[in-house]
Amino acid sequence: MNVTSVFNAREHYLGVFRESAQLAGANLPWLKNSRVRAIEQFAELGFPTTKHENWKYTSLASLDRRGFQLSTPGEPHPDCVAAIVNLKLDSDAHLLVFINGHFSAPLSKRKDLPESVILSDINSALETHPEKLERFFAETKFATGVGALNGALFADGYVLVVPEHTEVEAAIHVLFLQTAGDTIANVKNVIVAEVGSRARVIEHFATLGDFAYFNNISTEIYAARDSRIEHLKLQQESAAASHIADIRATQAQASEFASYSFALGGALSRNDIATYFDGEHANCVMNGLYLTQGKQVVDHHTRVDHAKPRCVSREFYKGILDGASRAIFNGKVIVHKDAQQTDASQSNRNLLLSDNAEVDTKPELEIYAHDVKCAHGATVGQLDMNQLFYLRSRGIDEAAARTLLIFAFAEDLVSGLSYLPLRQRMEHILMSRLPDADLLKEFL
Amino acid sequence: MLTIKNLHAKVDNKEILRGINLTINPGEVHAIMGPNGSGKSTLANVLAGRDSYVVTAGEVTYLGKDLLTMATEERAREGIFLAFQYPVEIPGVSNINLLKAALNAIRRHRGESDLDAMDFLKMVKGKMKMMQIDQSFISRAVNEGFSGGEKKRNEVLQMSVLEPKLAILDETDSGLDIDALKVVSAGVNANRTPERSMLVVTHYQRLLDYIVPDFVHVLAHGRIVKSGGKELALELEAKGYGWIEKELKAQAA
Repeated sequence: MNVTSVFNAREHYLGVFRESAQLAGANLPWLKNSRVRAIEQFAELGFPTTKHENWKYTSLASLDRRGFQLSTPGEPHPDCVAAIVNLKLDSDAHLLVFINGHFSAPLSKRKDLPESVILSDINSALETHPEKLERFFAETKFATGVGALNGALFADGYVLVVPEHTEVEAAIHVLFLQTAGDTIANVKNVIVAEVGSRARVIEHFATLGDFAYFNNISTEIYAARDSRIEHLKLQQESAAASHIADIRATQAQASEFASYSFALGGALSRNDIATYFDGEHANCVMNGLYLTQGKQVVDHHTRVDHAKPRCVSREFYKGILDGASRAIFNGKVIVHKDAQQTDASQSNRNLLLSDNAEVDTKPELEIYAHDVKCAHGATVGQLDMNQLFYLRSRGIDEAAARTLLIFAFAEDLVSGLSYLPLRQRMEHILMSRLPDADLLKEFL
Repeated sequence: MLTIKNLHAKVDNKEILRGINLTINPGEVHAIMGPNGSGKSTLANVLAGRDSYVVTAGEVTYLGKDLLTMATEERAREGIFLAFQYPVEIPGVSNINLLKAALNAIRRHRGESDLDAMDFLKMVKGKMKMMQIDQSFISRAVNEGFSGGEKKRNEVLQMSVLEPKLAILDETDSGLDIDALKVVSAGVNANRTPERSMLVVTHYQRLLDYIVPDFVHVLAHGRIVKSGGKELALELEAKGYGWIEKELKAQAA
């Protein structure tokens, strides 16, 4: 028998935690305690395996086999400036840039904001406004070891607090740019929209190269009464990247939360996106589009808790899969006992461009109230032959018609974006991913 | 313009057309009538080139060319237009962009240059007005969320923009109330020219009150069993399709 020492990711990260002397907010006892609770749970849980119901189709074996090191803040890579210019970001937006998970003040560009708005990296916010953040570290039970690892090791992230009846008009674009490999970035983001406030945040993940690394992201959102938060996520990382994100919103009465997840990159990406209606007449839109190729695995687990009556949730996810890629969609809607007049709908549609691509889609509705309106549906299929014939019968050649139908399948979702710069970016990305995209010019 | 000789076709391995013979000259309007399942829509779809319909025998000559070897899009560019019985919804593709791409595909095929965008828009808007289609439909997705009547009017709008040489109308009257039928028929009639031929497939004589054909053919069991002038439609209306069946049985006996 050939016995060698088997690498153990759990031991590795416990060691990393022991050796990491100075993590954000070390002077805050509640934060220190929170980290200790988190690492204890990580020690107990480790990474989930496919034996866990929620991770049945997504194996983290690749993360269990190697130990990433904490990335260190430092001078940004010299190519960063040019890379950011090349991304042609919305010049009206407030820009926060994180390099390998660490905030870069020189690369960021915050525009004028009402003084009462807090928009900064989490380390600064922990120094200036610890009282606003304490409640986001009260977690006593993490759902997974990945979340626990984030809670123990997070080193940076952004904080947005929009005060009462304030609107942040320009979009807030948070760019997470990776310029190195073999590292893990544990990022913790917090968004608080106070009563009647409004803001739009774009979380944008990109890689400068083809590195293998692990982004472990947590974003917590609190939407107070009558507020509106739009959270738009664009993940277009290298084909070797691993990306696990946990986005959790809590919504008070009559608040609005719109979440878009565009998952395009990475070897493995997993998004857990959830909202909890904690007041009546709240509503959420949860939309997503994944485009996969090669051997990519993209997993979305969403959850909407209708805990109060008269709330509305609208969920629409679409996927286009090529190569031997896999997508997982699991959409959970829970209508609690007294959440009468809940109005929930959910749909997941998938287009398979290759015989080797695979989708596992599962809507899960749990309804404990009686006066509710709930709808769900899931489809997996190829291009619609009737649509193809219709276009060809109008003189459009077959290759263009096919490309157009693939584009239109995605555009149907992208066109719902009210933030034009992201809509245009997505259309551009779609065009760059499609074969014969030049044939589409007159359709745009 | 179009000559069909002994056309046989199968759908799902079932023989639907069993020897169609038909000649259409420029400017003529031919109506094809017949009971459900007689093969009317199959004929329309075979002429337009739908893949799932397999021609097993016969020939079709269109403007001197072998139609059956032409791809669907090539037929369209050569001037064949099928108004669908069930127009297809295409979310994500706007009406105006489809019209523009379709018209330009046809124009390029003819060696003509693309239409100026402003001229094109003006032309389409004028035709939308005639079809009583709201201008907001211009940027809406093709047929998405349209009512049955709106879809049929949209088909006729496409026809009048693309100006085909041979228009095939597949049960364009189905699902229309009398007001919508009048609008659709007026749109079709406005497109009648001395050169343009039409093949109007319908189950009911009603449509032919508005679109008056030069010839009427009755299709049964995949064959044209009776041909005549427009009065044949009225006779059918009065006697019903049972009359044809009886005549056929009498002939066979």
